[in-house]
Amino acid sequence: MSALHIAGREFGSRLIIGTGGFRNLEAVGRAVAASGAEIATVAMRRVDASTGDSLLGVLEEHGCFVLPNTAGCFTARDAVTTARMAREALGTDWVKLEVIGDDRTLLPDAAELVAAAEELVADGFTVLPYTTDDPVLARRLEDAGCAAVMPLGSPIGSGQGILNPYNLRLIVEQAGVPVILDAGIGTASDATLAMEAGCDAVLLASAVSRAEDPAAMAVAMRKAVEAGWEARAAGRIPRRDYGQASSPTEGVAELT
Amino acid sequence: MPSVILNGSGRELPAGATVADAVRVAGAPEDGRGVAVALGGEVVPRGSWSDRELAEGEQIEVLHAVQGG
Repeated sequence: MSALHIAGREFGSRLIIGTGGFRNLEAVGRAVAASGAEIATVAMRRVDASTGDSLLGVLEEHGCFVLPNTAGCFTARDAVTTARMAREALGTDWVKLEVIGDDRTLLPDAAELVAAAEELVADGFTVLPYTTDDPVLARRLEDAGCAAVMPLGSPIGSGQGILNPYNLRLIVEQAGVPVILDAGIGTASDATLAMEAGCDAVLLASAVSRAEDPAAMAVAMRKAVEAGWEARAAGRIPRRDYGQASSPTEGVAELT
Repeated sequence: MPSVILNGSGRELPAGATVADAVRVAGAPEDGRGVAVALGGEVVPRGSWSDRELAEGEQIEVLHAVQGG
């Protein structure tokens, strides 16, 4: 598997792991190690006095590049401020930009997303936007200067896989920046399908963190992403309406 | 004795209290590593925490990284 390049940085793994939903930090550490992921997302929330163990310490220990998100933001203004706070807290100008438009489906708000992306790019951020599977919106985000586009397969945490493979293929076909399938992965085959469709990487959290055995699922996801990427690179056979024998059709014995 | 809104809760802080004091009261580590502050929706750079005094009614958010997708 070749390296993943985003905004001039190179990553050996094409699986990006979200740290949300794990029972505890120990589970985060085990899953991150098993996944082989080199990028891990974190959220920004209020400090409270009971906070003890350090998430950042665990991620550092596993050599992870920390990617803060703007989860929980419903307006461009809140998302931009959250990104700036993450930059201040973590010393990174990379952000997974998330602007939610509906609290039931957690689908992105397209208008607010583009506005926030434009403002953050102008402010020097490397912006990785979580977006819908709309190819036109993906293009708008790329035109705004985003370093990647991250379409959903289905709503966050829904585990429904890739609901619109056609749209995903269109996004991949036109994109001049990496395409990262973000959200909706339920099991390993979903991740493989995303990579076979030509995605450059897969970002997932719940599929691993809420699996019965997160570390084991992290291994499955690592293999699934690699398998999908290898299959895409190898070039699959075309689909045919009828069978095509693989054994020779000549030299067949006449036995009756 | 400014009364401020610190991470969503009303708090009385001593006269002359600064952003750095609020960060400590919020429960962040002494060195403020991994922490960011916004006052009224604007980020306050770490370098100004100990100079910036808090005024009555100001709204302070003290955030850090937590588990999240």
